[in-house]
Amino acid sequence: MDLPTASRRLVLGGGLALLAISPARATPEAMRAAMQGFAGGAEPRPGRVRLEMPTLVENGNAVPTTVIVDSPMTAADHVVEIALFNERNPLPDIARFTLGPRCGQAWVSTRIRLGDTQSVHALARMNDGSVWSASAELIVTLPACIEG
Amino acid sequence: MSRALINVPAKARKGEVIQIRTLVQHEMETGFRPLPNGGFAPRLILRRFECIYDGETVFAADLHPAISANPYLAFRTVATTSGEMLFRWIDDRGAVREERATIEVT
Repeated sequence: MDLPTASRRLVLGGGLALLAISPARATPEAMRAAMQGFAGGAEPRPGRVRLEMPTLVENGNAVPTTVIVDSPMTAADHVVEIALFNERNPLPDIARFTLGPRCGQAWVSTRIRLGDTQSVHALARMNDGSVWSASAELIVTLPACIEG
Repeated sequence: MSRALINVPAKARKGEVIQIRTLVQHEMETGFRPLPNGGFAPRLILRRFECIYDGETVFAADLHPAISANPYLAFRTVATTSGEMLFRWIDDRGAVREERATIEVT
C-alpha cells in the first residue's frame, strides 16, 4: 500500500505549505522591500513629508492617517505619488495615492487598519524623481482583525 | 445598495484649493479574517478610487486590505471650473460604483 501513504504525505505536505503561505505578519524586511520597490532606484530622504497619526491607538480598525507633503504643486514641481507602508500587518502595503498639479496641495487623509504596535512609513515621489519619507511609531491597544 | 457620502463645497472661487471628503460603505474584507470552520473569508476590497474633474483624474488611490472598512478618503484639489465631479470606486471583481457632485466656481 505505497500509494495511499504517498498521497497522505502529499496531503499533509500540502496543508503545511498552505499554512506557510498564509502569512500572519509581514516583516520589517518585507516592508523595506516594498518601500524599495516604490522608490525605484532613488534613495528615500527624510523630510518634506509629514505623517500625522495618533501615537496611542485605542482601536486598530480605524486609525486616522494624514499625509502632507511640502510642495508648491506646480507643473514644474509637484508630488506624483504618495505611498503608505506598515511593518507588522499581514501585508506591507497600505495605499498609494496618485497626485498632480491639479491637487493644489499635497494633502491626503484616510483611516487604516493596524494589527499590532508598529511603525508606519510614508514615501512621496516628486516629479523630479526624488523620494522623501516620514514615519510614525504607534502603540496599538486593540489591534485590528483579532476576532473572527 | 451601499451608501456613499461625498462632501464637496457647493461654491468656490476659481483657483481656490478645496477639500473633498468621501466615505463609502464597504466591508473591505481583507482575506485574512479566520472563519469558524477554518480557512479565511475570501478577500473582497475596493482596490481603486478615482476623482475625475474638469476632464482630468485629479486624484486616485490604490487601496490594500489595510484600509479600514467603509473607506474614508479626503484630498484637495484646485477649483477650476463649474460642473460635475465624478467619484469612482472599483472592487476586486471589477464592479464599479460611481457618485457625482456639482460645484459652482466663480
